[in-house]
Amino acid sequence: MSQHALVVKDKTLSGFWAYLMTDLVLFATLFATYGVLRNNIANGPSGKDIFDMPFVLVETMLLLTSSFTAGLAMIALHRRQAKTMVMLLLATFALGAGFLGMELYEFNHLVHEGHSWRESAFLSAFFTLVGTHGLHILVGLVWLSVLFGQLIKKGITEHTERRLLLFSMFWHFLDIVWIFIFTFVYLVGVM
Amino acid sequence: MLGGGLAAVIGLTYFKKWKWLWKEWLTSLDPKKIGVMYLVVAILMLIRGGVDALMMRTQQATSVDGSQGFLSADHFQQVFSAHGTMMIFFVAMGLIFAVMNLLIPLMIGARDVAFPFLNSVSFWLFVSGMMLMNISLMIGEFSAAGWLAYPPLSGLEYSPGVGVDYWIWALQLSGIGSLLSGVNFFVTILKMRAPGMTLMKMPIFVWSCLGSLILIMFAFPILTATLGMLSLDRLIGTHFFTSDLGGNPMMYVNLIWAWGHPEVYILILPVFGIFSEVVATFSRKQLFGYTSMVWAIGAITLLSFTVWLHHFFTMGGGANVNAFFGIMTMIISVPTGVKVFNWLFTMYRGKVRFATPMLWFMGFIATFVIGGVTGVLMSVPAIDFQVHNSLFLVAHFHNMIIGGVVFGIFAGITYWWPKFTGFKLNEKLGASAFWCWLIGFILAFLPLYALGLMGATRRLNHYDSTTGWQPLFIVAAIGVLFIAFGLMLQVIQVAYSIWKRKEYAVDSNDPWSSGRTLEWATTSPPQEYNFASTPQITTRDAFWEMKETGKSVFGKAEDIYIPKNSATGVLIGITAIGLGFGIVWHIWWLVIVTGITILALLIQRLSTDDTERLLPAKEVAAIEKAHGGITA
Repeated sequence: MSQHALVVKDKTLSGFWAYLMTDLVLFATLFATYGVLRNNIANGPSGKDIFDMPFVLVETMLLLTSSFTAGLAMIALHRRQAKTMVMLLLATFALGAGFLGMELYEFNHLVHEGHSWRESAFLSAFFTLVGTHGLHILVGLVWLSVLFGQLIKKGITEHTERRLLLFSMFWHFLDIVWIFIFTFVYLVGVM
Repeated sequence: MLGGGLAAVIGLTYFKKWKWLWKEWLTSLDPKKIGVMYLVVAILMLIRGGVDALMMRTQQATSVDGSQGFLSADHFQQVFSAHGTMMIFFVAMGLIFAVMNLLIPLMIGARDVAFPFLNSVSFWLFVSGMMLMNISLMIGEFSAAGWLAYPPLSGLEYSPGVGVDYWIWALQLSGIGSLLSGVNFFVTILKMRAPGMTLMKMPIFVWSCLGSLILIMFAFPILTATLGMLSLDRLIGTHFFTSDLGGNPMMYVNLIWAWGHPEVYILILPVFGIFSEVVATFSRKQLFGYTSMVWAIGAITLLSFTVWLHHFFTMGGGANVNAFFGIMTMIISVPTGVKVFNWLFTMYRGKVRFATPMLWFMGFIATFVIGGVTGVLMSVPAIDFQVHNSLFLVAHFHNMIIGGVVFGIFAGITYWWPKFTGFKLNEKLGASAFWCWLIGFILAFLPLYALGLMGATRRLNHYDSTTGWQPLFIVAAIGVLFIAFGLMLQVIQVAYSIWKRKEYAVDSNDPWSSGRTLEWATTSPPQEYNFASTPQITTRDAFWEMKETGKSVFGKAEDIYIPKNSATGVLIGITAIGLGFGIVWHIWWLVIVTGITILALLIQRLSTDDTERLLPAKEVAAIEKAHGGITA
């Protein structure tokens, strides 16, 4: 890599780190809101009544595994094993899509039971916090599809490599946020 | 407004300048050009916001007893909401980003910002928010819920129209732009300083911007989330801030000020930086107490997140909560006081020259100290209970924002004008404008302190003559006229100076002859790439040292990468207007179409590898030679 390309890579990775920290503040705001509103269930159900823990655990395992495969993909990228990397990224995509599918199923199920975000402040905060995370996952999946297109067209270059590294940072970040959601929304919710 | 826009369109078509505008400005990724565009937009909006102010004060001077004034109550509410929103988001923020774009890369010896394309996107999101707000003048209405739109008033029940939605989406779009700029300049300062420029050798202006940028990165996501939740309450019926089903309106007030108080310091910190540079230059002395200045900036950055509750002591948080936030508020005024003394000691025994930037500085010290003292007064909860929501408060924050931010930006514009244009501004007109502003400011706002103590609340559109308030309101209205006259003089000053630009042309790259920081080492105006060679820094005030010791920090001209122009930023901005408009009016097909368009534009741009062109060293050397630049 040329000196110039190294400088660009260094700046971009730092910039993306900084961006992720701002995104974390956004999530922190939603967490704080949830913390304030979680007991304001009005006439609706509480977390205990609606959270299906085995279901959420499977969902969580899907996302954690996808983070793991994304990490392995980066090792393959580092060793320039293109085929292994693509297989691992495909697995990441599939697991991420599975996670998102389960989340949508859960949301749909709750709304059908009559427990939508309109019912109480608790449900508003729940849907918004978890939904914002889900929206990020969707962005990540779109991003990954675009990267597949770039890999097919260009292969591994300084540009595609940089973008793959950014994607993996984003994906791990979402993983960490989810661990907080799993703990403070679901686990604390059923306690 | 409409007439001016029409005149601009006709002028551009007549002189066949559209292509020039598109190629040289709108699609440019050069931060100096983006900075100028921020400046133009912000000044235009300053005039619009100023007209709002004139309308309010006229109403208040005349609407007594039988007379209802010329504005209906609802219209008056829209005017004061628009005034505050306009001035903070599209004037003050625009001005701050203008100086950051113009100066940060130059001062740290860099050629560009970290992410030139992102910078263009930020600017165009700022413009799209501004456009959305101005569209509300013609289509529909604007929010009548005040500049921070407290629920439940801003909820669907009490504000069923589109006004609050316009407010939310104008702020949401420009706020995301500000957040991205925050990240961009943060990385620029941390990663792109010239070799040898350690943090403690940075110009103090760059330090002050760093504080401001850290605040942007921590505060603006809170605004994004809060506006998002308010919007969800209005759009899909959630219960974050409603008064029923467990919603909590006071949570909104807490969240919005958790952004809002840092915002005050986001605006004022860079201005402290400007004044620090101005005072040192015009006193021909090193800034007094550089290190303490840096620590003061750091302290303010940290503490500004611990005082938000002083905006609503009357919430009823209890004596201990109020005491904590009251004491923190008093503490945060200490580092600010340190700065004032540092500036005064910089002048002490300096060769002070009272050019226009220095006049603005002197005016600032007087008005800002008054504002600071009244601020500390209100940090005592017991006193705050008395003046809460009164004109006393309005006088206080105008003291800070006009006397602080606006005066500072004017000082900066006059000071750096010759660097970016190659000619100076007329000093006489500049001085007259300053005196109009200062006298106007005193007349317009000092009476409000008295009125506040007499019990006049803010946002008042009608009152009884037995209160005895009318004479003071009339004085305030006359003050606004003075300010308007000062603004007019500044427009004349700029026009006249452009006309006489040959006569006012500067004969050196260091036109004040006492410049200290690196921007004065470049050609005036600076070339697209700023520096022909990357400077090697060993001391603070690198350019001053270079003049004193005669040892150049520059080397031979280098090969330089320059970002190519990109239309994507403009297109995203235009599409974002459609997106905001669609959400405001619930036109869902428009939301989907514009949303997909923005996504497609981003994917297209982020899949492009070839975004830079190389300017060979030979050409750089030739350009520098032709413009009198410094190379070895």
